[in-house]
Amino acid sequence: MAVVQTKNITKRFGAFTALDGVNMELNEGEIYGFIGPNGAGKSTTIRILLGMLKASAGEAQIFGKDVWKDAVEIHKRLAYVPGDVNLWPNLTGGEVIDLFVKLQGGTKNSRREELIERFDLDPSKKCRTYSKGNRQKVALIAAFASEADLYILDEPTSGLDPLMENVFQQCVNEVKAEGKTVLLSSHILSEVEKLCDRVGIIRQGRIIETGTLDELRHLTRTKLVIETKQPVPNIHEFAGIHGISGENRRWSFQVDTEKLDDVMKYISSYGITKLESAPPTLEDLFMRHYEGNDPSGGRRNG
Amino acid sequence: MGNHLFHNIGKLSLFILKRDRIRILIWIIGIVFFTLIVPPALAELYPTQQDRDAFAITMENPAMVAMAGQADTSHYTIGVMTAHEMLLFTALVVGLMSILLVNRHTRSDEEDGRVEMLRSLPVGRLSNMNASLLVLTITNIVLAFVTAIGLFALGIESMDLQGSLLYGALLGGTGIFFAALTAVFAQISENARGTFGFSIAFLLLLYLVRAIGDVSNEALSWISPLGWVTKAQVYGENNWWLLLLLIVVSFILMVVANYLYAIRDLGSGLIRAKSGRKYASWFLQSPAGLALRLMRNGIIGWAIGMFVLGASYGSVMGDLDSFFSGSEMLSQMVLDAEGEFSVIEQFIPMLMVVIAITATISPVLSMLKLYGEEKKNHIEHLIVRAVSRPKLMVTFLIISFVNAFIMLSLAAIGFWSAGAASVEGGLDFGMIYTAAIAHFPAIVCMISIAALLVGFLPRFSSFVWLYVFYSFIVLYLGGLFHFPDWVGKLSPFGYISQLPIEDVNIVAEIVLLVLSIAIMIIAVVTYNKRDIQG
Repeated sequence: MAVVQTKNITKRFGAFTALDGVNMELNEGEIYGFIGPNGAGKSTTIRILLGMLKASAGEAQIFGKDVWKDAVEIHKRLAYVPGDVNLWPNLTGGEVIDLFVKLQGGTKNSRREELIERFDLDPSKKCRTYSKGNRQKVALIAAFASEADLYILDEPTSGLDPLMENVFQQCVNEVKAEGKTVLLSSHILSEVEKLCDRVGIIRQGRIIETGTLDELRHLTRTKLVIETKQPVPNIHEFAGIHGISGENRRWSFQVDTEKLDDVMKYISSYGITKLESAPPTLEDLFMRHYEGNDPSGGRRNG
Repeated sequence: MGNHLFHNIGKLSLFILKRDRIRILIWIIGIVFFTLIVPPALAELYPTQQDRDAFAITMENPAMVAMAGQADTSHYTIGVMTAHEMLLFTALVVGLMSILLVNRHTRSDEEDGRVEMLRSLPVGRLSNMNASLLVLTITNIVLAFVTAIGLFALGIESMDLQGSLLYGALLGGTGIFFAALTAVFAQISENARGTFGFSIAFLLLLYLVRAIGDVSNEALSWISPLGWVTKAQVYGENNWWLLLLLIVVSFILMVVANYLYAIRDLGSGLIRAKSGRKYASWFLQSPAGLALRLMRNGIIGWAIGMFVLGASYGSVMGDLDSFFSGSEMLSQMVLDAEGEFSVIEQFIPMLMVVIAITATISPVLSMLKLYGEEKKNHIEHLIVRAVSRPKLMVTFLIISFVNAFIMLSLAAIGFWSAGAASVEGGLDFGMIYTAAIAHFPAIVCMISIAALLVGFLPRFSSFVWLYVFYSFIVLYLGGLFHFPDWVGKLSPFGYISQLPIEDVNIVAEIVLLVLSIAIMIIAVVTYNKRDIQG
């Protein structure tokens, strides 16, 4: 059964359409990466899922319940970390964590102490004195210390140092091991690649691509750097080759994945002396979509 | 050296003016408008010197002196009357303007990280604060001149050019004084809320010191700059040197603010934040506990303030009694025909209206906090957990009611305890307490309107203050200006009977409560339906 399911959710703010029919499905136990450029509608989607905004049209369900009407019931089994964590300046981090765990319906548990230790947070400091990263740690600790079945994380690591990002990734893997579901919105593509089972790309209020990373990779291109014994004739015109640069016997270019076989056969007949290949990264995919499906793949770089 | 401390102060000042041009304009227009409508109204209501003298006598009693200050009642011209009734009151409003605007550009901007952005640019270390002070000084000077010219232009005989200039200058001077004072507090406190709290508390303290001083101890009111405002005897002696004193003190405060600003780190205050608890107490772990914790200091401050306000009114009751009983003519003027009620009993309703409307401020602040927290993206932390919106709003409503009840009760207790000590034969606690608590339904009504705005028109929720202010104006000044009845009936406070000289109007009280409940239901429903902002 789908843990999160949206059907054509649309959100208009006056004349502006922020979401234009978003369809999304998260299955139990999976980590879903939600990526897209700034202003594409990631946070709006998440705020609708959380029952903070009311969708103008469409349906959204979590645990089979309506996100707007049954918000409280849903939230008992859900943990959320916003990208921009604003806390009460005159409460301490420790107090905020306890409050959050309690409001979510949880009880005091040993995970709180363990997480505070792992994230290296001083819980006796007032939130006013915390940096962005530290405020994010407070929200992350509160989320992972609560007994949730679904974690909604909206760019949770944007202020964390690499060490803490690592701790975060461990935490996500731990909850996944317990069979929990995670919705991770992120700009850090390496993080999404490392953690997520499936990815959805949103652009201008629509999900334009969704699938497993492997499925998505088929849509993208492999980077090749080659050197050949003899010059390769007509390489510029060969179908499936993009963004070519270099000269004579040394070239670097990208190849559509489905044309890779043809390209390799063609080039190898001129005697390959050197071959470097880099697998398509999520970043390539991302860039391709962000730049408006520019067919030449123009400004892509490795 | 000076150059790099104040680099680009001109550009920053223009920037502040640009950000606040509408805000400043509204303040100036509002203050000038309220100042200028008064003298013609007084001239119409009290056309002959005889009328004015009769009114002057009622203003001589201690309760009125405590409220409005002293005046030369032997030459009670329209000019003196205007200065007596309006100058101190308007000076408080100008002070409030300066506090809000300076805090906005100093500690608020610093807390939100905007000063940091500016300081990373080629801007002097002291430029930002001094640009704010410069803008406020200019604002107050403009206010002074516009007021002065406006008053003089009314062409009322007793309002000469010199007096009008001093009137305006005292308003501007008070504004500059509170701008400088707020700048000092902005260095001492580590956050904008603290700065506002300290500044407002100091404003009220100066008012109270003057009130107590004017009634009982002349020397005491010389401590308070608000005392100087009344002692300048505008349209009478025109003591210009008091204005000079005000400006000198303001300048000293500005120097102090600059010194403190220069020696401290950006983002810090002289009062350091202590580290706190590692765990939340059981009390904090609920929406109600959280809300109370966030409002704790404010509520305690208001509670002390209400008690002191009640006590200061109560303490003049004894003087009031002896003042009137000493003169046959006076007591005949004030007392009702049947002689059924004592002087004190006749003054209580008016004092209670002032107390009740002041007691409205804290609970309305509590209610508006719900939207304030939303704007700061704090509410989302609660409603993404197992807290429903109706529960959240009802929690804030209940806190506001309890808040109102405490404020009224403390003011009544303060009034009674100080009054009982000063009046021969004591005061009946039940009578005082009922007179105060009778206003509870009106405050509940105000709270429900605040809730409705939070639910239905959150962006306009601060408009509830206009309604509170309106209530204050029509009920406090209503007697002076002989407003028609319906003007007072537009405020819920207009339906509360004047205890103890009237009987309790139970029907009106119940109707107000029922109406409030209906408004609250709409508030909760609309709050539950709308998008959460942030």
